[in-house]
Amino acid sequence: MSALPQQLVVIGGGMVAQRLVEALRARDETGRWHVTVLAEEPRAPYDRVALTSYFSGRDPESLSLGSPDLWGDPCVTLVRGRAATALDLAARTVRTDDGTVRGYDRLVLATGSRPTVPPIVGADLPGVFVYRTIDDVAALRGWVEERSAGLDRPVRGAVIGGGLLGLEAAGALQALGTRTTVVQVGSHLMSAQIDLGGGHLLRRLITRLGVDVRVDTTTSRIRANDRGQVGRLELADGGRIDVDVVVLATGVTPRDELARAAGLAVGPRGGVVVDEACRTANPRVWAAGEVACLDGVCLGLVAPGYAMAEVVVDRLLGGSAVFPGADTATKLKLSGVDVASFGDAFARTPGALELVHSDPAAGVYKKLVLSDDARTLLGGVLVGDASAYAGLRPMVGRPLAGDPSAHLLPAGSAAAAPGGDLPDDATVCSCNNVTAGTVRAAVTDHGCTDVAAVKACTRAGTSCGSCVPLVKRLVGDELLRAGVAVSAGLCEHVALSRAQLFDAVRVTGLRTFSEIMRRHGTAVAGRGCDICKPVVASILASLDDGHVLDDERAALQDTNDHVMANLQKDGSYSVVPRIPGGEVTPEGLLAIGQVALDFGLYTKITGGQRIDLFGARLEQLPDIWRRLVDAGFESGHAYGKSLRTVKSCVGSTWCRYGVQDAVALAVRLELRYRGLRSPHKLKLGVSGCARECAEARAKDVGVVATDRGWNLYVGGNGGFTPRHARLLAEDLDTESLVRTIDRFLVYYVRTADRLQRTAPWIDEVEGGLDGVRAVVLEDSLGIAADLDAAMARHVEVYEDEWKATLDDPVKLRRFASFVNAPTTADPSLAYVAERGQVRPATPTERADPAVLVAGTTLAVRS
Amino acid sequence: MTGAQVRWHEVCGLDDLVLERGAAALVDGEQIALFRVGEREVLAVQQLDPYSGAQVISRGIVGSRAGAVTVASPMYKQVFDLRTGRCLDALGREPQDLRTWSVRVEGDIVMVAAEGLVAPGETGAGGAAGPVDAVGAAAP
Repeated sequence: MSALPQQLVVIGGGMVAQRLVEALRARDETGRWHVTVLAEEPRAPYDRVALTSYFSGRDPESLSLGSPDLWGDPCVTLVRGRAATALDLAARTVRTDDGTVRGYDRLVLATGSRPTVPPIVGADLPGVFVYRTIDDVAALRGWVEERSAGLDRPVRGAVIGGGLLGLEAAGALQALGTRTTVVQVGSHLMSAQIDLGGGHLLRRLITRLGVDVRVDTTTSRIRANDRGQVGRLELADGGRIDVDVVVLATGVTPRDELARAAGLAVGPRGGVVVDEACRTANPRVWAAGEVACLDGVCLGLVAPGYAMAEVVVDRLLGGSAVFPGADTATKLKLSGVDVASFGDAFARTPGALELVHSDPAAGVYKKLVLSDDARTLLGGVLVGDASAYAGLRPMVGRPLAGDPSAHLLPAGSAAAAPGGDLPDDATVCSCNNVTAGTVRAAVTDHGCTDVAAVKACTRAGTSCGSCVPLVKRLVGDELLRAGVAVSAGLCEHVALSRAQLFDAVRVTGLRTFSEIMRRHGTAVAGRGCDICKPVVASILASLDDGHVLDDERAALQDTNDHVMANLQKDGSYSVVPRIPGGEVTPEGLLAIGQVALDFGLYTKITGGQRIDLFGARLEQLPDIWRRLVDAGFESGHAYGKSLRTVKSCVGSTWCRYGVQDAVALAVRLELRYRGLRSPHKLKLGVSGCARECAEARAKDVGVVATDRGWNLYVGGNGGFTPRHARLLAEDLDTESLVRTIDRFLVYYVRTADRLQRTAPWIDEVEGGLDGVRAVVLEDSLGIAADLDAAMARHVEVYEDEWKATLDDPVKLRRFASFVNAPTTADPSLAYVAERGQVRPATPTERADPAVLVAGTTLAVRS
Repeated sequence: MTGAQVRWHEVCGLDDLVLERGAAALVDGEQIALFRVGEREVLAVQQLDPYSGAQVISRGIVGSRAGAVTVASPMYKQVFDLRTGRCLDALGREPQDLRTWSVRVEGDIVMVAAEGLVAPGETGAGGAAGPVDAVGAAAP
């Protein structure tokens, strides 16, 4: 290799460019290439496929792809916010809009497409949007929110185009509270992917979401309102739709203008003509992704674009890869409507047979396309229930095991779901082109022992995620086959996962640690440890709600639960009285303030809208709590893996914008779930309108008021891995909302792993978010009554742990500072003053007694 | 270090200690963590957690690791062998052992050897001596 790397320039900063750079850096070990990516958008490549999820609360950052380190690689230069304006094939240069001219040894056109704007009068009015980039989506969102604030009725929106993108846009508008109509030219929705039968059902499912659908008509004109903004659609069939916002989703046009101007050949409907190696007629220029026209077609899906990127990289490194043919399988990413299409969905193969299962009552349409001998799977359409998609898609072109019709039965009843019998060369993840064999090898050859490790190792399931259930099954099977003990066990004492142990304890009814360990522990189980003991304590608390300090159970608790306070760095504790919904009376504030003054505590407002009192010594806790309980406060459970707070905004009682009484609901929820023990801490939030001042979507359970009720979001997390909560159900009345949260919480408490927060639990639990929805809203497992009963019992037997402790002299003995000097303060504690309060002294300050303002001898005023 | 000269301090009654749980004690101005790990068996280590500098070891959870009786510090969860004081799991930090005390249970009375200091590694099967600084501060 020559010492100087060759210069590769990629025009376009989308998903295909990202994949190309990633693959190049993974394979170009000797640094033969330096790659420069010219991105027109002001950001690194992001997941355009998941753009709609931006509406369900994900930050733009969460759409970023791959490792951010890629763009810090010395062999990679990312130029953001610069569009390429001219290409000179002879001089081998690219000019960008800032006038910079860059030379290249090789060039890849990955310019993608632009949304097609149909030639309709009025398509350029303010309030008409396309749907392609983060900026498009942000502008659309901003417009809807602004219109919404100025109107005393819901915003009305229309989407022109009823394809995949159009429906996602409709879902996005709907999520913003817009009354939406979809206008489709063809006979049915998603006509490029699914047949008429599936289309009929899809229309019903979409309508059920509250979206109106008009088919077989075109928009002849978009009229302005009196303010010059979009105001009305006029349809060719004479219909009219009043609108405040319009999204155009009528297809895309390849961005081949640079190539055209440079003299490269373009296809009949646009796109840069390339051969099967993705090379243009100019041997130094390649094209990949939506802009590439291969065999006369441009493909508007990401999977073929990724495959092209891999081909180009292989060729750049001297390989001879060719484009393997397009996997055009698609899945609609719209909450509540499951649609998938794969392979020969329209049965165009000569002699193809169609096996259809249609159940309009159940809202399911499934079609398998089979070879003429009814054995080989050619393709399929799944509407209403696409759970079979992940398993069926890799089987395309292969004989189906057993009776094909078994695959059309409702999920769960199918005798043999694919997985174990999947050939090694079957593609499991088409986004990243990962085969079943690669997934298996991750387990057998690379030592991966769980799905997360396999995802990191193979990239399977890291893009659209639709194959994760299949990956999970493959990994489980392979671990079983390899005889690897799946490391779901808690510790050396318990070989069961938390969820398994929970079930076991629930079924056997054992209620003491020693019994449980004898029955469910390993051979060395006897004593347990700091892992399994608190888990057992938590499970027992969930099952029969005994006091955390009852009998043997007390010894199982972590110090925080043991003394019902939060251990701080110097060995003192902090105390948090419950302030439901963050609503506190002036008298309550005074009482807390007086306690803090009398005991010399540092006070700080918490993120959960309550007051944390720091610096309490072990032996002071009962005295502090007696005062707090007398003032009407109860334990805030800030110390437990349990419900912490229900944060709320002030809601409709005071706020000009509030549409529901957020505080009343928050108080009700906090009083309902207080004391609930869980695998990790739980936080809830309630916002009184879509402005979301309570930041409810950062909570495990977030409730956001709508003018029709409440939207329920689940799985939000702050902490180390922040996640926005995702929509579980919309427009619930208060009773349905509470019932749904009840079930969600109990289902989580019973099935999550130790210290697994709700977001990763939803990712891992059977069926993901859809699975959770099915269980809590549709009772798909038949356990809803049981979940309801469990929560009802929790509410019924709740008692304030602190009050119960103060009433019990035996329990109070645990708060002795020293067993032989129960009220003597820890002599090592030392404090200094800062901003008018105390804080623990640093080691340096301890060495100089002159700076100490308060040791443990500080007099308590009482 | 053991033998006739050992002075035993009466610390508390056996029933003052909860099975499988620790308690702090003040002996000659020194903070000691007592753990009742059997009906009549009590173990004693330093109350000072070497990783946080706080006097909290007695508030950790008692457990076992490959046969050894352990306590996990409530602060940063390092695990120590209660019999030898050895740090069994430093969680990525430099291992620092705990000082141990001999304990005798006579009738209902729990007694701690005042000068019967046992440095880590000198008892039990552990062998290797731990870092001295964990015991140095209180060495007689």
